[in-house]
Amino acid sequence: MKDPERSSTMGMTLAEKILARASGRDEVKPGEFITAEIDIAMCHEGLGMGVSADLRGAGVKKVWNAKKVVCLLDHYVPAPTVKTAEMHKQIRKDIKDFGIEQYYGESEGVCHQVLVEKGHVLPGRLIVGTDSHTPTYGALGAAGTGIGFAEMAYVLARGELWFRVPETIKFEISGALSPLVMSKDVILYIAGKYTGEVAQYKAIEFTGPTAEKLSVASRMTMSNMSTEIGAKFGFFEPDEKTIAYLKEITGQPITPIKTDADAVYEQTYRVDVTGLEPQIAIPYSVDNVKSISEVGKVVINQAVLGSCTNGRLEDLQMAADILEGRVVHPDVRLLVVPASKTVYKRALESGLLNIFLDANAIICNPSCGPCFGQHMGQLAAGETCVASINRNFKGRMGSEEAKVYLASPATVAASAIEGKIVDPRRYA
Amino acid sequence: MATLIRGKIWKFGDKIDTDVITPTKYLSLPLQEMKDHTLEPINPRFAREVRPGDIIVAGRNFGCGSSRETAVTALKALKIGAVIAESFARIFFRNSIAQGLPILTCLQAPQYFEEGDEAELDVKQATVKNVSQGNLIQGIPLAQDMLDILEKGGILSLLKEKIKGS
Repeated sequence: MKDPERSSTMGMTLAEKILARASGRDEVKPGEFITAEIDIAMCHEGLGMGVSADLRGAGVKKVWNAKKVVCLLDHYVPAPTVKTAEMHKQIRKDIKDFGIEQYYGESEGVCHQVLVEKGHVLPGRLIVGTDSHTPTYGALGAAGTGIGFAEMAYVLARGELWFRVPETIKFEISGALSPLVMSKDVILYIAGKYTGEVAQYKAIEFTGPTAEKLSVASRMTMSNMSTEIGAKFGFFEPDEKTIAYLKEITGQPITPIKTDADAVYEQTYRVDVTGLEPQIAIPYSVDNVKSISEVGKVVINQAVLGSCTNGRLEDLQMAADILEGRVVHPDVRLLVVPASKTVYKRALESGLLNIFLDANAIICNPSCGPCFGQHMGQLAAGETCVASINRNFKGRMGSEEAKVYLASPATVAASAIEGKIVDPRRYA
Repeated sequence: MATLIRGKIWKFGDKIDTDVITPTKYLSLPLQEMKDHTLEPINPRFAREVRPGDIIVAGRNFGCGSSRETAVTALKALKIGAVIAESFARIFFRNSIAQGLPILTCLQAPQYFEEGDEAELDVKQATVKNVSQGNLIQGIPLAQDMLDILEKGGILSLLKEKIKGS
């Protein structure tokens, strides 16, 4: 039966619906090229590292719509060098010069967490950011995707951008997760099993009973990591949980967006997580994944809990549950980096930060922290780190002779205690 | 952008990520210095010996990783003629178009080219000829929207044009 509110003749996926609406069409099909209007454009330090110079070079005076641009600083905060301090100084000037009204400065935390917490991310929105992990917003049903600086300059000037309508693939996730096995383990498992290219140029919809059970925070971890399997967007269809979460943030009624029942998927992958072990991505690629029982002995020097992937309250809570009454191994530095000021405050209020301090962890300010290797917590040659972050490339966190293993917050916490990468389930 | 691009082949493998193309530790250098470290972790000779017009042939998922545009601008600063790969990571692909760096997706390219071969790429036709060995292979053509941006020399040239026209 035809849905009376539906203008298209064909069923559409979330990606197709959003791109059709944003390009003023009744329907779009995978492979089509469209020009779409942007609902939110997000810039972090990228503004000062190229975007504003490109804007000036093109003769642009003001952004196209001050209500649709959100900027903040998160990668190098507080500024670690004079050079970055100069860049930040320039950005503060850019914000004024280009008439950008929604600017959060450096105190709020990592862009993807902050944009969600501040209510900029709503179901059905098309959001571009100068950051590759912008697909994080798919956890709330928004089409978020990363673009480069020159393209962002174009967006800030014109409010539109070209897109190829992506094919949509589905990961149907079933089975109950074992205690202390987290959504990070699920997405690492998917990367390992189907490779880092399974979603290249495509939109993902994570569905199935297990996806439905995941908290919004856990969903954000998977949408965030969908970048690492090549995706343009990484959606969870908004449900009652999404609506309740966003209602609390915005105080407004939220209009959900749904996939059509007859939408066409390029492929459906069925993933059963029953009995799934904690998963580890071995250097130097995100899809080089092994179950914890196959990893062998890996002695660590550093453990990092945080980032836009796993720096939310539930991640900190999980780690604190494991660390409570215990201390970090004497040969290990454990860095805890809450993803935002809000997360930091809640962790403070609920006593989690005390647990971390008593365990001898170092609590850092909300930021991207050591994740991208330009700021605090860098690794020396020959050192090894287990981290709840999203990439383990060569040189990612300091020395090119260092190694980064990716894992869940639970695995990071348990490993920090034992001084080597271990299965956290013994702490259940 | 020239429609025909001729140059010497430099070969790379699969999953060449943006952290390898422009290593993090050089990101704060000016582009003219940063470019001298392009691809250094896997081929320290590359940035020193590459010549304007030379063409990169790589495997799968070239340019995966962060959205850093330096991965493209450094290759442009070295005056690389084009990048041909079995597949590209999404943001690198977008950034290449946006910066006016010709790219070609071509599954068979790695098996038809050896390092040092002479190649001729026809961007519009999406074909590449191995001049040294005589083979002509077909890649995946770019859409007209992308070719338009490439032809204008990048999305900023397009922007300037639109601003002038409005």
